[in-house]
Amino acid sequence: MDLSTAYDALGADLQATLSLWLIVLGGLIVIVWDAFRERDALIPVFAGLILVGAIVWDLFQLTAEPATAFYGLIRTGGFAAFVNLLLEVSALCTIVLSVPYLKRIGKDYAEVYGLVLFAVSGMMLLGAANNLVTIFVGLETMSICLYIMAGLVREDEGGIESALKYFLLGAFSTGFFLYGIALLFGSTGSMYLAEIGHAASTSTSAMYWSGVGLLLVGFLFKVSAVPFHMWTPDVYQGAPTTLTGFMSTASKAAAFASLILVLFYAVPYEKWTLAVAVIATITMVLGNLVALSQRNVKRMLAYSSIAHAGYVLVGIVAGSAEGYAGALYYLLVYTLMNIGAFGVLALMEWDNESGRTQSLDSLAGMGYTRPFIGVAMGVFMFSLSGFPPFGGFLGKYAVFAPAIKAGYTWLVVVGVIASMVSAYYYLRVLYVLWMKDSTDPAAMSNDKRVALTVPASSTAVIGFCAVLLLVFGVYPEFLQMAVDFFSPSAVSIAP
Amino acid sequence: MNIDSLVLLAIALPLMGAAFNGLVGLFAPGYRSNKTLIGTLGTLCVAIPFAIGVLLFIQFDHDAHITRAFTWMSAGDFTADFGYRVDQLSLLMMLIVTGVGALIHIYSIGYMRDDPGFWKFFAYLNLFIFAMLNLVLGDNLLVLFLGWEGVGLCSYLLIGFWFTDLKNSEAANKAFIVNRIGDFAFLLAMFILFKDLGSLDFDVILAGGASLAPATINWVVFLLFIGATGKSAQIPLFVWLPDAMAGPTPVSALIHAATMVTSGLYLLARMSSLVLLAPGVMTFIAIIGALTAIMAATIAITQNDIKRVLAYSTVSQLGFMFMAAGVGAFFVAIFHVMTHAFFKGCLFLGSGSVIHGMHEVEHQLEEEGHEVHLDPQDMRTMGGLRKYMPATSITYLISTLAIAGFPLMSGFFSKDEILFKAFEYGYSGNGYAWFVWVVGIITALLTAFYMMRSYVLTFRGKERWPNADRIHPHESPASMTGPLWALAVLAIVGGFLGLPGVIAHGDLNWIHHWLGAPYGGPVAEAVVAEHEASFIVVEWILLILGGVIALVGLGYAWRVYNRDGIEFDQKLAIDFRGLYTTWANKYYWDEGYDKAVVKPVLGLARRVMDPFDRYIVDGLVNGLGSMVRAFSSLFKYLQTGVVQNYAVAILFGVVLLLGLIIFG
Amino acid sequence: MEIPVDWYLALSAILFLLGVIGVLFRRNVIIILMSIELMLNAVNISLVALSQATGDVSGQILVFFVMSVAAAEAAVGLAIVIAIFRNKLSVDVNDFNLFKH
Repeated sequence: MDLSTAYDALGADLQATLSLWLIVLGGLIVIVWDAFRERDALIPVFAGLILVGAIVWDLFQLTAEPATAFYGLIRTGGFAAFVNLLLEVSALCTIVLSVPYLKRIGKDYAEVYGLVLFAVSGMMLLGAANNLVTIFVGLETMSICLYIMAGLVREDEGGIESALKYFLLGAFSTGFFLYGIALLFGSTGSMYLAEIGHAASTSTSAMYWSGVGLLLVGFLFKVSAVPFHMWTPDVYQGAPTTLTGFMSTASKAAAFASLILVLFYAVPYEKWTLAVAVIATITMVLGNLVALSQRNVKRMLAYSSIAHAGYVLVGIVAGSAEGYAGALYYLLVYTLMNIGAFGVLALMEWDNESGRTQSLDSLAGMGYTRPFIGVAMGVFMFSLSGFPPFGGFLGKYAVFAPAIKAGYTWLVVVGVIASMVSAYYYLRVLYVLWMKDSTDPAAMSNDKRVALTVPASSTAVIGFCAVLLLVFGVYPEFLQMAVDFFSPSAVSIAP
Repeated sequence: MNIDSLVLLAIALPLMGAAFNGLVGLFAPGYRSNKTLIGTLGTLCVAIPFAIGVLLFIQFDHDAHITRAFTWMSAGDFTADFGYRVDQLSLLMMLIVTGVGALIHIYSIGYMRDDPGFWKFFAYLNLFIFAMLNLVLGDNLLVLFLGWEGVGLCSYLLIGFWFTDLKNSEAANKAFIVNRIGDFAFLLAMFILFKDLGSLDFDVILAGGASLAPATINWVVFLLFIGATGKSAQIPLFVWLPDAMAGPTPVSALIHAATMVTSGLYLLARMSSLVLLAPGVMTFIAIIGALTAIMAATIAITQNDIKRVLAYSTVSQLGFMFMAAGVGAFFVAIFHVMTHAFFKGCLFLGSGSVIHGMHEVEHQLEEEGHEVHLDPQDMRTMGGLRKYMPATSITYLISTLAIAGFPLMSGFFSKDEILFKAFEYGYSGNGYAWFVWVVGIITALLTAFYMMRSYVLTFRGKERWPNADRIHPHESPASMTGPLWALAVLAIVGGFLGLPGVIAHGDLNWIHHWLGAPYGGPVAEAVVAEHEASFIVVEWILLILGGVIALVGLGYAWRVYNRDGIEFDQKLAIDFRGLYTTWANKYYWDEGYDKAVVKPVLGLARRVMDPFDRYIVDGLVNGLGSMVRAFSSLFKYLQTGVVQNYAVAILFGVVLLLGLIIFG
Repeated sequence: MEIPVDWYLALSAILFLLGVIGVLFRRNVIIILMSIELMLNAVNISLVALSQATGDVSGQILVFFVMSVAAAEAAVGLAIVIAIFRNKLSVDVNDFNLFKH
């Protein structure tokens, strides 16, 4: 290839992945900006605008023909744009919710916004990767940013402990993940997903399957599937609440997207389904069961997010285009509900000791004093428990139905039982919000009321999530769209 | 307006009413005191759908009309439409739901007037109507299930409406948990149907049902029936309904008597052609129905709480309906659903009126400074109310006669039709139907007895509350007695819609012609042997027998309770000794569940994890919840907080995953 | 004489296992960090060897990425360790269990 065609290709590639570069550039600017004008109030605005720009760009990309860029290292259009949008929306909501939250806890470092942007760029790389090297780089970019975010409040014992746990276990699992990459590369001689799949379709070795298994370990760690989930509750509890929302949604979505691509392109067999089905089963059961006995709401939501990873895995087990599409759709609604739920929690935390415990009782009777938040939390909780007509119900349907088609009825039965159990702890939140009088007289002190001023920006984000959940619950346009990502025409893209 | 938009309007209105009253009430506390406005709005949002129902009914031209609101979801080769179906069955159910619903809304304006949660109450009621309309009008099982879950949720909210009382919250939780068991079976049935037929549309299911393997059909019907036993309070899942009476009385009337609890019957009627393919399960349905009917009837004899009598009576009448379904007479089951909605709605509202009055007595006593705690629902402290509440008394009497099957009242026709169908089915060579018939006859006798007992104890005899010479209740306001009269009239005449076969060979049985498959309706029915001409004599005898039984039961209760008053219960208790104790203790179902499920699980949990006891024995949860909770605690303590233990878990996961993938 | 690729792979596997064992059993956070580095570098050996064996250079390219990622991780990791040492005056992982159950 001579230089001029290479430049032409580069131009086209840069255009196709513009949102990624925009975000990377934005992140760099934020870091430099913060170095010169510390805690400038305009920095989050700037970061938000960058994300809005990226969202607009990816909305146009959504209908673009699927293709690859940079010598097949990364996918563009369709699937990639869908995942990018999901990640960008999650990040944008996080930034808007974080500004007042971080100010209130006195940690309004502006580099958080740079970290969010860098993390998103890593996630976008991960979620659209077409090559194992890209996957590794994306995964690590994302992870390192998340480790720092978890330990943002470094004076807080809990915060820094959660960062350490996340870091040690994350790096540990990265070791396995990398080993998996090496084994896959060694057994097939390529780093490209499609080429790996092609090579594997003629013959496979124990080395290949070990590679697949170790690769799965890395992904399952990131999505916090049992038994790789142990870090999740501790980290979610210790991290700043709005950033917990970000971790529990965007990083999971990116890891799942990448997992779907790997399984779809590089593992043309059904041999892995039993393993994933087993993991899905224990994830759903254990996540929901343990969530039942949690008194801390953040911890409860952490276990709930573990359980939800199990539901998504059910869709993946189906192994069909509908299953993968259902998983993507589930991630979309899950992102909205969890961002919203953590956003509400962030608003309801207040600054004295009892407020930081995030116990269920500290929410007692809030429904009537803060009806907007109460109603929105109602939507999130109903949706999380899979109650029609909210998005969560449709999401569950979208992952369960293909699994039934694929003959995994027992798995779906487990999932349904598990989600029925889950209704209990989700509804308990609503019960406390609406049907319980505040028992702690100090809880409604002036102190708390002041801390509870709800900024309009947070209201807007929470309302946005709640409304979208209702819309996606009755109008699942994206589900059909997601199925097309796995149509033969999309598959035919060469690496 | 065309039919589509009418249907959608009818469904949307209650939702809009709920959203408006709920949201405005929530965000603008000042609005909450506009009780007339709230009540009128709430009522209109049900009354207009009723009017639409009537309009659709008049226009109806014997072909099911399907309204596709929009495609709910479509991915690959599975789709689900938000479709609504207007046919004979759903129209009838819609009229019952909105008609009775509207009356109960009006009633609630008076009944709930002094409650601070007035706005919330109407929002919930409207939401319930919305969910119920989805349930009966949905064109596929998914929409039906949406409604099914929705009514369950509203029921939960309304049982726990006065949530400050812990007992009420417990009752709500019990209802919720028990119903989840039924819902689970329902979901399983949906999975199986979806897996084998690829669609949940009624048309596809009913057309493709015959092509399924017999075992599959049996499972589907069985699971659907288990689902129905949860919602419609049959053995073994009926235990929640009597406790559900903790909710406000209009709720008991609307949800736990007239509409929601009959949705199990609606489901079976909708699936009737499928159910008929599973004769084994039908036997089971009929027997469960019969056992439930007689069990609940005997319990009802011993109850002193006026609402509990009615609650057990509801369980018993639902048993009758399942008897009808079990002998393949689905249209009769729906007929009884309708007449039952009239008279049981009226009875519950009447009891509400009585409670309203007794509250007044309680307040007056308190004002005079008496330290008496009066239970306003206990019939032992009532008596003689006829004098003070004439309208309530008369309407209650009418409904009592109707439910007992007094000749020519609505219950007479519907109940006799059930018994006759059981007889006829037995006559066609299905042995179990004889059993059902005999149990039905006995239950009918018991029904007449305990209903008249409740009437006499409440409205006749001496006043039994303290200081009755000075303090007495007053009749309820017109907004409450109006609906009572309306329902009482319906309870008298409603039966003429289903005149028995002896009259004009069944040609005047409108409901059969309207619903029955032989006449182009959606409800299939079992084939029975052709009768010889002389069979009409048997039919007459059965009809007269039904009337005589009702008269005997009513007359005997009237005599003994007018003579002995509440003392007669003691005589019963002595005469029947062990039996009576069993009845009074509700056959020990709650204790049985406690012993068989709750205690062992708790005991095990205690022995295994004594140090964690305080996490398990934790107020809120009971029954199954405790078991789940115990496991939950067990797993919870795997999370030690030490990071290296987490790394061990990861390593375990690596081994598990590699093992499963390489050797799996 | 050329050394067969299997030997490299065996060496890599042994080093990796040593790293895993270090993470699981050492108490000192710094040593755990070093063990993780050992795991990553063990894989690097595999990658280089396999890259040589398959004749595809992308394995070696990944090694460079791994090295830079490992450096970044070490930086973040040590920062976290310093922060936690300031709080607890300890680098023993058993001391860090504020969150559990």
